[in-house]
Amino acid sequence: MSGMERKELRIVGFLCNWCSYGGADTAGVSRFKQPTDLRIIRVPCSGRVDPLLVVKAFMEGADGVLVSGCHPRDCHYAEGNFYARRRLEVLKRFLPFMGIEPGRFEYTWVSASEGARWQKVVTEFTNQIHRLGPIRRKGDGGGDIR
Amino acid sequence: MEILDKLKEDIRGELEGVSLVIGWERGYDSLHTTPLFIRCPEDIDRLIWNPLCVHNLASYLPWFKGRRVGILVKGCDSRTVIQLLQERLIQREEVVIFGIPCQGVVDLAKIRARVDCSQVRGVSFKGDKIAIETPQGQRELPLEEILATKCISCQYPTPLIYDHLAGEAISSHRPPGLLFAEVEKIEKLDPKERFAYWQQELQRCIRCYACRNACPLCVCQDFCAADARDPHWLSQKTGIGEKFMWQILHAIHLAGRCTDCGECERACPMDIPIQRIRKKINKEIKELFGYEAGVNLEVTPPLYTFQVEEPAIKEREW
Repeated sequence: MSGMERKELRIVGFLCNWCSYGGADTAGVSRFKQPTDLRIIRVPCSGRVDPLLVVKAFMEGADGVLVSGCHPRDCHYAEGNFYARRRLEVLKRFLPFMGIEPGRFEYTWVSASEGARWQKVVTEFTNQIHRLGPIRRKGDGGGDIR
Repeated sequence: MEILDKLKEDIRGELEGVSLVIGWERGYDSLHTTPLFIRCPEDIDRLIWNPLCVHNLASYLPWFKGRRVGILVKGCDSRTVIQLLQERLIQREEVVIFGIPCQGVVDLAKIRARVDCSQVRGVSFKGDKIAIETPQGQRELPLEEILATKCISCQYPTPLIYDHLAGEAISSHRPPGLLFAEVEKIEKLDPKERFAYWQQELQRCIRCYACRNACPLCVCQDFCAADARDPHWLSQKTGIGEKFMWQILHAIHLAGRCTDCGECERACPMDIPIQRIRKKINKEIKELFGYEAGVNLEVTPPLYTFQVEEPAIKEREW
């Protein structure tokens, strides 16, 4: 869908094993069309996602980072995503302060049965990152972050 | 001088029951102070108290866990003590706290910008002025001009926790609106400018980790994530990316814990305004959870807990 029409960007997705990874799988099994920019990393729980993993992804050149877990109250480990929600919200408000545009990092909840919702999330997030463009273009004054 | 006399008297009374008391003494010249470890009654005479006593001595407390120690704290330092107690990094019965109501301490960088401090012969305080004697003559500076940034917006001049208080408790006369003034200035820039701003500031960073070592809440010591090879959060590369990563790493590890004591910025040999990064997170924590670190001993720090319904968090619905 995307690869042919526009240059692919590097988007990293941290998906929890129990809901969102299953949701992405459901979307795949149902043969829903999705952009291919997102690289999925499967984690045990959204509570496993250290905010530094997100920061590190940006520093290594990711153009966007998405974290997705079980809906609050539906966490496989009962409360992992409640902790994640607080941490990720702080991170989301903090990253723009350092110069990473708002919108490059998002977190959301997708359950294993929500294949259609996963398709919507990944499509919208990918489009959002494409609107922002690559994180640092060579020669835009700022230079490469590395 | 009466604050100092009261302090000395209180310390003399407690010295028997503690292994040491941490205070300040004159450093290598009269403009600099250095931490003093009082172990015997003779040491007490070396104790000083004036606006040059900048160090947050609470940094030492976790090191002495298991021993009963006394510590001198200003208002801001007392917040660190409370935060350490909240995280059970120290025990209340193991610390004897000598509180000092504080009118503000100096920022030596601000003095250095105004006076050549290579050969200071003497320093004295006259009312709200500091007089510095150098070979070029005497320079008087109004204290207000050279106060540390944290003091200009200080909300807690009197320690929030103490066993002995030297002098009368004072309340803040500083406007709380100034608390996040520098942060708000950066927030007004657009993301590109913000990135350029931090790039310009952080490129000076030499990753000496003085900010970490001075930070009273960096308690991992030999197990710091920055030194870890696995996971390799930071490499040995010298690029700006590693500098960003380090500063963000430090700030995130302090999220909901930073008591805004300013030791990181004071210790920075490159004079990078890194406290602003921590302050930004403090601001968000305050907005989201109404929490200020080190103010209330009874409250759990916000990232160690959760609510099933978060009233302040507007989760995005795709």
